[in-house]
Amino acid sequence: MSILPLEGLKVLDFCWVAVGPMTTKYLSEYGATVLRVESAKRPETLRRAGPFAGGQSGINRSGYFANYNANKYGLSIDMGHPKAPELILRIAEWADVVTENFTPGTLERWGLGYDELSRVNPRIVLFSASMLGRGGPMQTQPGFGAVLSSLAGYTNIIGWPDRGPVNPYGAYTDFVCPKFAVAAILAAVDRQRATGCGTHLDMSQLETSLHFGGPMLLDAAVNGREPELVGNRHPAASPHGAYPCAPELHSARGEPVEPSFDQLRMSGGVNTGETDRWITIAVFTDQQWAALRDEMAADGVTDAQSGEFRTFRVRKAHEDKLDGIIAGWTANHDRHELMRRLQAAGVPAGVVNDTRDLFEDAQLQHRNHFTWLDHPEMGPYATDYTESHLSATPGRLDRPAPLLGQDTEHALREIVGLSEAEYRELEEAGALE
Amino acid sequence: MTPESDYGPGLLAPYRVLDLTDGRGLLCGKMLADLGADVVQVEPPGGSPARNVGPFYHDTPGAERSLFWWAYCANKRGITLDIATDDGAALLRRLVANADFLIESGDPGRMASLGLGYPDLQAINPRLVMVSITAFGQDGPYADYQASDIVGMALGGFMHLTGDGDRPPLRVSMPQFYQHGGAAGAAAAMIAHTHRQLTGEGQHVDVSCQQAVARTLAHAPQYWDLEQTILRRMGAYRESAGGTFTRINWPCKDGYVNFQPGGGTAGAARSVRSMLAWMTEEGMGSPELDAVNWEELGYGTARAEIMEQTVAAVAPFFMTHTRNELADGALERRILLFPVATPSDILAHRQLAARDYYDRIDHEDIGETVTYPGHFVKDMQDAKRVGIRRRAPHVGEHNREILGGELGLNDRDLARLTELGVI
Repeated sequence: MSILPLEGLKVLDFCWVAVGPMTTKYLSEYGATVLRVESAKRPETLRRAGPFAGGQSGINRSGYFANYNANKYGLSIDMGHPKAPELILRIAEWADVVTENFTPGTLERWGLGYDELSRVNPRIVLFSASMLGRGGPMQTQPGFGAVLSSLAGYTNIIGWPDRGPVNPYGAYTDFVCPKFAVAAILAAVDRQRATGCGTHLDMSQLETSLHFGGPMLLDAAVNGREPELVGNRHPAASPHGAYPCAPELHSARGEPVEPSFDQLRMSGGVNTGETDRWITIAVFTDQQWAALRDEMAADGVTDAQSGEFRTFRVRKAHEDKLDGIIAGWTANHDRHELMRRLQAAGVPAGVVNDTRDLFEDAQLQHRNHFTWLDHPEMGPYATDYTESHLSATPGRLDRPAPLLGQDTEHALREIVGLSEAEYRELEEAGALE
Repeated sequence: MTPESDYGPGLLAPYRVLDLTDGRGLLCGKMLADLGADVVQVEPPGGSPARNVGPFYHDTPGAERSLFWWAYCANKRGITLDIATDDGAALLRRLVANADFLIESGDPGRMASLGLGYPDLQAINPRLVMVSITAFGQDGPYADYQASDIVGMALGGFMHLTGDGDRPPLRVSMPQFYQHGGAAGAAAAMIAHTHRQLTGEGQHVDVSCQQAVARTLAHAPQYWDLEQTILRRMGAYRESAGGTFTRINWPCKDGYVNFQPGGGTAGAARSVRSMLAWMTEEGMGSPELDAVNWEELGYGTARAEIMEQTVAAVAPFFMTHTRNELADGALERRILLFPVATPSDILAHRQLAARDYYDRIDHEDIGETVTYPGHFVKDMQDAKRVGIRRRAPHVGEHNREILGGELGLNDRDLARLTELGVI
């Protein structure tokens, strides 16, 4: 097996919920030693969030937690215990990087702020992430990515013009930020290795997320533009949208589709799995338009041949009518078949994958997007593999997320180097709970 | 060991990046540039196709007027080079010899067809980290598929979960797909860099934007894997498990706010209780909801009947307040609530102002100072290590500086290459 690119990088990880653990998952996936501190007294939120293996809840059974904490070592330390700060400083002497995403001020209250950490280890890189960053009038505003997406400008631009805005799925900003976080942490590590100097990086999830909307903010700043809800329309493309497809008789793997009773029950009695079928089509050039029009004509749908759709400008003027014609055509087709056909004709098109489809998607399978890890309580579970394949030192997910506190002794004694006496004293004092 | 003062002003000041990306993946080099690297954008003669992407300055298209280009090429220098010509490819090889990173977003196989694939470049500079950003990766069944933003957001699984349940799935109406891949490329470039600094070994990084998007879906894929549940899009609501859901988006007096009522730790139960107390203060309280044991509910979940009661009580309260009143009250009371902000709200936001977030960059060419989103991370030891320092380059603005100053081409060489259409 090849060596991993971050082998030797030592991380003391206080991150919890999504944005932090996803950041340190990149580090653990590429070989860093990540000691994930939790407390049995106050288990982290994600351990109590579904889904659970087999639908049965339990502190070690959350698939949400298990996905983001693969390859990490799990330590249980009661941060409210009087001996905890001293122990953390001891681990900080060992560490190259400390990561955390508590409300600003939490580490300082424990006596473990950057000043204290860098006093015991001047090389330390402390990475802090929070909703709105340190300092300023709103540093302690609580939040999750699920609601922060609204302040970051996303919600305002998703939705149909005749209805209100809707949120991007999930805790969206939580999943924008980790890629920025990894780049910044490793830039600080590079400087640390070259100069011996550490630093404190402070990430505001709001500030980072705004970089995905840079052109929109510039448009407001220099043109005074306030965006409107446009559904799936695009100012430079027509047609551009998601169009209905026929219910499927076969899955992507060619197996007959017969939804089980359980699936129907789980989806609230609505067979969304087989009827909620869509294909996206995006036409930016006249060439793409001609190709799409010919494909429709080959099926006897000639309405689109009309002169009112000939140029981009006129297609824009009659876009509702055009969308209706296309939807009437796509609704008679299997979405995968249509995607292959349109792509072969040079028209950008792609099926709308639901979460089951992701597991059956031919390209994601080719890239080994899901990796199954064998977990002592959950059994095999899917975790997502990195989107970046490194030719010489590919990432590797080979250890399931830790059971709560499973590595406390191993990590403190074998990795950090506490003596048996030191360890036993902490254990007996009740600090490792 | 290098003294810190010699290391340079930005975190990545010692490193050179050649950025050959077109409209796809520009963010990758931008992130490295924001961290202080010297990033040289290499465009075809006449300018990158990304310069045709709107919005535009004063709504007039033009090579120097694309705000997309401004946003994602700020901090970079720029040269023109037709790498499909022998002269252009030769010059690129000379630049590669002294570069630390090369980023590109061409269709799979394009660089190799020009004799500029990773093995070719590795032979010139074994330390080189080359990052290729494509929609689906360098090979596989979709490798040759064309993907615009909506196609990628659909295949990545995002769209199925976004939008109203009775309408087609929705995308975010500003492009996200290649931004996810670009940002992932920067993270991976730094992972490969960390290895290279220790071993001297460069490598090729193959980024799939589709995978980057599929990783943004929180626990939704795991719901299929572990509970065989396909989560659905629910408009203002979010389904968090079979049969449990939460309202996220709410109308108020002058727009919308996001508020997540639900149970569990991480301040969620406290947040709901604070909201209920506020409603009681204003004579709109709900004894039924006060009696709910929020602490015992799972994270972000509430049973249907509790959610119905919550909507019946909270929605009328929100309609009596503006989004700023609600946001201010939420801050005071530690409630998980944010306004649905417009760009002008964001530009005027007091927390961003207090953190000195925006960078005001001189566009001397048009006699204006333009406001840019600033540091994506703040270095608390020296705020100048991360942020925007200069506007995006004009077409070929640094040809003389880089091809002349660094590669030693004289005026006659430059004139000849211009005439041949190489630069």
